[in-house]
Amino acid sequence: MSTVHESASLTPHGGDGHHEDPPLVTGNLGFHEITQLVSYHTEKRPPSTWYMAFAVSSTLLFVLLVMIAYLFWNGVGVWGNNNPVGWGWPIVNFVFWVGIGHAGTLISAILYLFRQKWRTAINRSAEAMTIFAVICALLFPTIHVGRVWVIYWTLPIPNQMEMWPQFKSPLLWDVFAVSVYFTVSLIFWYVGLVPDLATLRDRARTALRRRLTGFFALGWTGANRHWRNYEKAYLLLAALATPLVLSVHSVVSFDFAVSIVPGWHTTIFPPYFVAGAIFSGFAMVMTLLIIARKIYGIENIITMDHLEKMAIIILVTGTMVGFAYITEFFIAWYSQVEYEQYAFLNRSTGPYAWAYWTMMSCNLLFPQFFWIKRLRRSIPFLFVTSIIVNIGMWFERFVITVTSLHRDFLPSSWDYFNPTLVDVLTLIGSFGLFMTLFLIFLRFLPMVAMAEIKMVLPEADPHYYDDHGDGHAGHAAPSPTGQTEGAEGA
Amino acid sequence: MLKKILQDAKATMGIYEGRDDRIYGLLAEFSDPGMLLHAAQEVRKAGYKHFDTHSPFPIHGMDRAMGLGNSKVGYITLIGGATGLALATWLQWWTSAVDYPINISGKPFFAFEPSIPIMFELTVLFSALAAVAGMFALNGLPRPYNPLFYSRRFAHVTDDAFFLHIAASDKQFDLKQSEALLRKAGALDVEVIEDRGYSELHAET
Repeated sequence: MSTVHESASLTPHGGDGHHEDPPLVTGNLGFHEITQLVSYHTEKRPPSTWYMAFAVSSTLLFVLLVMIAYLFWNGVGVWGNNNPVGWGWPIVNFVFWVGIGHAGTLISAILYLFRQKWRTAINRSAEAMTIFAVICALLFPTIHVGRVWVIYWTLPIPNQMEMWPQFKSPLLWDVFAVSVYFTVSLIFWYVGLVPDLATLRDRARTALRRRLTGFFALGWTGANRHWRNYEKAYLLLAALATPLVLSVHSVVSFDFAVSIVPGWHTTIFPPYFVAGAIFSGFAMVMTLLIIARKIYGIENIITMDHLEKMAIIILVTGTMVGFAYITEFFIAWYSQVEYEQYAFLNRSTGPYAWAYWTMMSCNLLFPQFFWIKRLRRSIPFLFVTSIIVNIGMWFERFVITVTSLHRDFLPSSWDYFNPTLVDVLTLIGSFGLFMTLFLIFLRFLPMVAMAEIKMVLPEADPHYYDDHGDGHAGHAAPSPTGQTEGAEGA
Repeated sequence: MLKKILQDAKATMGIYEGRDDRIYGLLAEFSDPGMLLHAAQEVRKAGYKHFDTHSPFPIHGMDRAMGLGNSKVGYITLIGGATGLALATWLQWWTSAVDYPINISGKPFFAFEPSIPIMFELTVLFSALAAVAGMFALNGLPRPYNPLFYSRRFAHVTDDAFFLHIAASDKQFDLKQSEALLRKAGALDVEVIEDRGYSELHAET
């Protein structure tokens, strides 16, 4: 019964009717089952694995706080940054974390504009990941400025010196780009959360919970007059976030590309950085979701098909990034500029060749296994590859930042960069910050956008009920029990 | 006169006046989105203006069934974006060419080319803030108290239930006739909602 029911329901969605898409939500879940499945995790005590993960992540967060305190007390000399390599790990980490965030916006905004309905299962958690990754990203340039107590000089605030920020500097563009990105991501996420917070409010058993969720739900009642403005605003936010996300990593790449350092001064940087950002971000989404869907038992909502689609995006963007690596070499040769050629030869054969080939194999080679369908659908393989990709992408930023700087125009100033323990612990600690925020999100907020996922069910289409009888609209009164039968039969 | 304009504005947000006898309106529950869409068409055909449907997710085609035009959020966003663009242009020109010009490598004090990133970012920022603020304003949110919260069934509206609400402030509203209309449209249940004020709402539950 359920298979007949399902195929009948999917045909009106096909539109062009050439083939039937697999269902976006498996297991024949109805509206109520989705509410129950998703909301329940914010209401019950979290599983013991959550507590274990939280213990680890909050310990790492504590390490981060200690490292930052140590840094503020002693100054940036505690890092390995030296004279030619003025931008060490803090900038590597900054670019790494900003890049992670990009997948969230790609999923929530760009896939929304392209009407990719499968995004509804993963957009909430991916957007949360974006916000937390951008928080980690904002941390690094802030502590890298040295005198962190005057960080407000980067903002155009009238001050006693009567001076203004230098608007011609890409570093200042970065301040604007990343903080606008953070703000827009946050409000986009919150707007998406409002209907789901109303669901939590309406399910709340205790007065405190009802007050808290009710406060943030703003009195949402699912009125159609509200949905009308809501959907328009959501569409506009998606349309605004799409060029924004492309601009943010372009501006980050300007930090490098606008300088004259060989290895940085290339026009390929903006698209190459954006592709790399999406690549690493999708890998991070995959790592997180493989764990979260298992712990929370929502494999029917975040299905194997979702993971496979993400694997394909990783394959595409990984190949684009690999293509950019090779293009850089070609252009260095083609430009006939001695310094540019040396910078790239030095990358691949110099003292940092180990980092370069780590990057090449992790980013270009490993994703190529995703050409094989069986590997795209293997959870252990996806999990391992997603971590390898992020290691590779961290090394990409390391290679770009450090290898270009450590041998500049004057051989007498050449040096080798060695990170200190503080560098290492700060990076590890930033993962603690990220994971702690993500675990708090999983604990208290619905990790799947319930309203949106209900909308993509076949039952959400009012015309689904038209041909429920013998195909004649309005012939038989649609029975309310008709569509729950399938759900119970599963 | 002013009161009338205010009431009309509030009605577009779904905020209606209760009657003197505290009756706020009728709340009818329907079985599924198809029935709700059909009911909305019927209620509109009967000439009602102050009514709204409530559902866990937006229903495709409901705007047309209810006779609602295009949302005005777009215009507000446009105004926001234009403000952001103007502000960014003015900010960069005034700070670096008027208030404190500094000669850096002989570059012009102000030029459009290096100003574009910040012009773009502030345009996006102001547009996004305007879109969200405009959406909440047009929806009359936040609205901590809503008489519909008195209905116990209404708590399911954010889960799996579908409601149509006819406000008592509608010119055509009549307890008996409106209820008959809703029943004829296939309502599972019709409930009279009384506006008893905020303080009683939580005392009861």
